[in-house]
Amino acid sequence: MALLAYGTAAVFGLVAGTLGVAGALGHAWTLRVPWLVPLTGLELAMDPLSGFFLALVGAVTVPVSIYAMAYARHDRRGRLAFLAFIAAMAAVPLAANVMTFALAWELMSLASYSLVLHDRDAEESVRAAWVYAVMTHAGLACLLAGMLLLGAWTGSLRFADWRAAAPLLSPGARGLAFLALALGFAGKAGVIPLHVWLPVAHPAAPSHVSALMSGVMIKLGVYGLLRAGLDWLGPGPAWWGIVVILAGSVSALVGVLYALVDHDLKRLLAFHSIENVGIILIGAGAGMLFRQAGLGALAVLGVAAALYHTANHAAFKALLFLGAGAVVRGTGTRNMEEMGGLIKRMPWTAACFLVGSVAISGLPPLNGFVSEWLTFQALLQNARIPSPEVNLVFALAIAALALTGGLAAACFVKAFGITFLALPRSGAAAAAHEAPAAMRAGMVALGAACVALGLGPTLLVPVLFAVAAPLAGSPAPPVVTGWVALSLPGEFARLSTLGAAAALVAGLLIPLALLRLLGAERRWRVYETWGCGRLVQTARMEYTATAFANPFKRVFDFFYRPVRRLEVEVHPESRFFVQKITYENPTRSVFEEWLYQPALEALRVAAHRVRALQSGSANLYLVYILAALLLMLVLA
Amino acid sequence: MTANLVSGVLQMLLVGAGAPLLLGVVRTLKARLVGRRGPDPWQPYADLRKLLAKEAVVSATTSWIFQVTPYVLAATMLTAALIVPALVARPALGFAGGAIFLMYLFLLGTFFLALAGLDAGSAFGGMGSSREAAVAALAEPTAIVAIFALALRAETTDLGGIVRRFAEDPGAAANPGHLLAFAAFFIVMLAETGRLPVDNPATHLELTMIHEAMILEYSGRYLALVEWAAAMKLFLFMTLLANLFVPWGVPAEVTPLSLLVGLLALAAKLTLLAAVLAVTETAVAKLRLFRVPELLAGSFALAVLAVASVFLVR
Repeated sequence: MALLAYGTAAVFGLVAGTLGVAGALGHAWTLRVPWLVPLTGLELAMDPLSGFFLALVGAVTVPVSIYAMAYARHDRRGRLAFLAFIAAMAAVPLAANVMTFALAWELMSLASYSLVLHDRDAEESVRAAWVYAVMTHAGLACLLAGMLLLGAWTGSLRFADWRAAAPLLSPGARGLAFLALALGFAGKAGVIPLHVWLPVAHPAAPSHVSALMSGVMIKLGVYGLLRAGLDWLGPGPAWWGIVVILAGSVSALVGVLYALVDHDLKRLLAFHSIENVGIILIGAGAGMLFRQAGLGALAVLGVAAALYHTANHAAFKALLFLGAGAVVRGTGTRNMEEMGGLIKRMPWTAACFLVGSVAISGLPPLNGFVSEWLTFQALLQNARIPSPEVNLVFALAIAALALTGGLAAACFVKAFGITFLALPRSGAAAAAHEAPAAMRAGMVALGAACVALGLGPTLLVPVLFAVAAPLAGSPAPPVVTGWVALSLPGEFARLSTLGAAAALVAGLLIPLALLRLLGAERRWRVYETWGCGRLVQTARMEYTATAFANPFKRVFDFFYRPVRRLEVEVHPESRFFVQKITYENPTRSVFEEWLYQPALEALRVAAHRVRALQSGSANLYLVYILAALLLMLVLA
Repeated sequence: MTANLVSGVLQMLLVGAGAPLLLGVVRTLKARLVGRRGPDPWQPYADLRKLLAKEAVVSATTSWIFQVTPYVLAATMLTAALIVPALVARPALGFAGGAIFLMYLFLLGTFFLALAGLDAGSAFGGMGSSREAAVAALAEPTAIVAIFALALRAETTDLGGIVRRFAEDPGAAANPGHLLAFAAFFIVMLAETGRLPVDNPATHLELTMIHEAMILEYSGRYLALVEWAAAMKLFLFMTLLANLFVPWGVPAEVTPLSLLVGLLALAAKLTLLAAVLAVTETAVAKLRLFRVPELLAGSFALAVLAVASVFLVR
C-alpha cells in the first residue's frame, strides 16, 4: 500500500512537473468548471509564473515520494493526507479566482496540519500542530480580508479582473490590500516575525513532509507575494518594495543567527528556511523597486534572481531534510550533540548532506552560489535609481546578504562537522546504519539537481527572465549566453559556473601532478589523534556543537541575550568536593518575549473582560437577542 | 584565447611559485625589525621540501574529508590565481563571476579546512575550526562589501574591469569611500591570512591559536599543501590590495614587454606592502580572542560606510 500511495504521488509529481515546465515556457491555458465550487466556480489558469511554481511542486514531489517509499513504509496514517497535500500545493499556483484559491490554500494547510500532527501521543507534536494551526489561520484571515476587500472594490472575485481594475483604486485602498495580502503570504513563507510556527512544525513533521513543507509549501507564500505585489495590484509605490526588501534582509540575518545556536538538526534546517526566504525576498524586493523606478530590465533581473533562489532552495533544502531524516532514522535522535562519526556509518547520506551543505552555503560551483550571485548583481545596480533613501536601503540589503553568506557557511560547518565527523558521541550514533536504497535514491536525485542547477545558469536564466518579464512589466532583456558564460545586460558582470568548475577540477589535478613531479614522500601511516599526552581518545574530548557556536553567541550577545545559570552542589564537609555541576546557557528570543507574549497576554486579558457578558443567566441572553434584533431593524 | 591561456598559466605560476618567497620576505623583515637576523627569505621553500620528504601521519578517527581538504584548498587558491588581476588587468577566468566568485572561493577553502579541523576529533582542531569559522564569517562579508564599494563606482564586479577603470580615471578613485574600503580590506587581509593582531602565525600556544590549531593534525605532504595554500592566500590578498587600490602598472594587454612591466610593478608594490605588514605586525600586540570580533565588526562598518558613501558622495 505504501508503494501504491507514494508511487501515485511520484507519478502525480511527474505530470505536474511536465505541465509546469510547459507552462513556464509559455504554454498558457485556462480551465473553468462553473458548477464545482460555490459562488464563482472552479477556475484554473496557467501562465509562466504559475508554471514555474507548479514545476517546483512536481520536481520536489518525485524524489521525496521515492524516499518516502522506504522512509514511511510502515506508517499507515498520513498517506491520504500526503496525497491531498501535494494535490493542494499543485492547485494553489493555478487558482484563478478567490474561491478556488481559498479552497486549495486551506486544503494545503489542513493536510499539512494533519501531517505535522503525525505523532498524536507526543506533546511536542501536538503543541507544534497547534502553533501551526493558529499561525496559518491567522494568515488565512489576513488573506481573505485582503481578497474580499479587493473583491468588493473591484466588483469581481476573479484575479484576471483585478489586474485591470486595481490601478484605478485609490493609493490608500491598494496599500491596505497589499498589506493584508502580504501579511498573509509572509506568514506562510515564514518571514520574521511571523516565523514562529516554522521551527516547531518542521521538526515535528516526518522528514519527507518537512522536505515538502520547507522546499515547496513556504515557497507558495513567495508566489503569493510576487502575485500580489507585482501582478494583481500592479506596480506599487516604492514603500512596498522597501518593506519587502527590509523584511527579507531581517529574515535572512535573524534566521541564520538562530540556526547557529540551535543544535536540533531539523530545527536548524527550519531556521535556514527562514534565512533563504529572506534572500528570495531581497531579490523580489529589488525587482519591485526597480519596476517602480521604471527600470524594467533590472526588475526582470531582480525577480529572476528571486525565482532562481526559490528553485535552488527547493532542491537543497529538500535534500538536507531528507538527509536529516536518514540521520534521525539511523540514530533515533535529532540532537546533534549525540551524533558524530556518521560519515563512516552512513557514507551515502553524508556525501549527499555535504553537497546540500556546500550548496546552501552559497559556495561555488553549486546552485546556491548562482542565485546569490544574481541577487548581488541585482542589488549592485541600484545606483541607477536616483533616490538616496532607496540607495541606502539597497546598501543595507547588500550588507545583510553578505553577512548572511558568511554566517550560513559557518553554520553548515557546524551542522556537517558535528553530525558526521569525528567520533560518535553516543551509543546510538555508534550503532547507526545507512538508509535503504529508495531513500538514497531520493537524496542522490536531489543532489544531482543541486549540481545541475549550479552548472546550468546559461540555460536556465533566459527561461527565468521570460517568466519574470510579465511581472516586471518589461520585455526580458537580452542575456548574452554562450554555452559557457552568461553576461548580464549592461556589461556589468559575467558568470560561468562551468568555467569555475573546470578550473577547480584542474586545480585539484595540479597539486596531484606536482607532488608526483617533486617526488613527494607517498607513504602514510594511520595513528591516533595527537592528544597532548592523554592516553585514550574519547568522544567527550571532542568539540561540541555548543562549544562550536559559542564565539557567535558571544559576538552577537546583544541579539541572543543569553542567560547563564550555574549551579554547583558541594559536599557538606567541604566546598572543594564538588558533587554535581549544572550549567545552562540558553538564549532568549526577542520576538517571543517582546511580541508574542505581550500579544497573548493582551488577548487573555481581553477574553477575561469579555467573559463578563457571559453570566449564565438566560434572561440576560434574551435581552442580548432583543437588543441585537432591534439594532438590526434600526440599521436596516 | 591564446592571450588568456598565456596569462592564466603565467599568473598561476607566479602565485604558486612566488607565494613562499613573499611569506619569506615578510618573515625576514619582521625579524630585522625586532633586531634578529632571522631566516633567509627563501626559507619557506626549504620548509616545503622538508615536509614533502616526510611520511604523513593520519589519525584513525579521520574520514576522507581530512585527506581531500588539502587538495581542495590548493585548488581554490590556484583557481583564485586565475581571477585576481596580478600580472594583467584581464585575468584569464575573469568571465567566471568576478569579485563575488573570488570571495566565495576563499570561503569554500575555509569551509573545507574548518571541517578537516573537526574531523580528527581533538579539542584543538575543534577550537581552531570554531574560531576560524567565526573570523571568516565576519571577514568574508567585509571583503565582499569593501570590493563592492569599488565595483559600484567602476560599474562592474569584474576585478580586471575595476583595475582598468581606475587606472584610466584616477580622479574617480579620489574619494573618502575608497579610503574607507582600503582600511576595511587591510583589516580583512590581516584576519583572513591569520596575521597579527587577529592570529599569530609564529606561535603554537594552544589557547591563542586559530589557524595553527585547525591544521594541527596535518603532516607530511598534506601539511605542505596546506602551508602552500596559506602562502598563496597571503599572496592573493596582498595582490588584491595592491592592484585594486593602486591600479597603475597593471597592463591591459598581454605582450612580453607589458608582462615584464606588470611583474616589476607588482614586485615593487608587494615589497612595499610586505614592509607595511611587517611594521604593523611588529607594532601591534595580539588581540584577546573575543576582542577580534570587535575589530572585524569595525571593519565591516567601514566597508558598509564605503558603499553608502558611493550614493551620498556622487
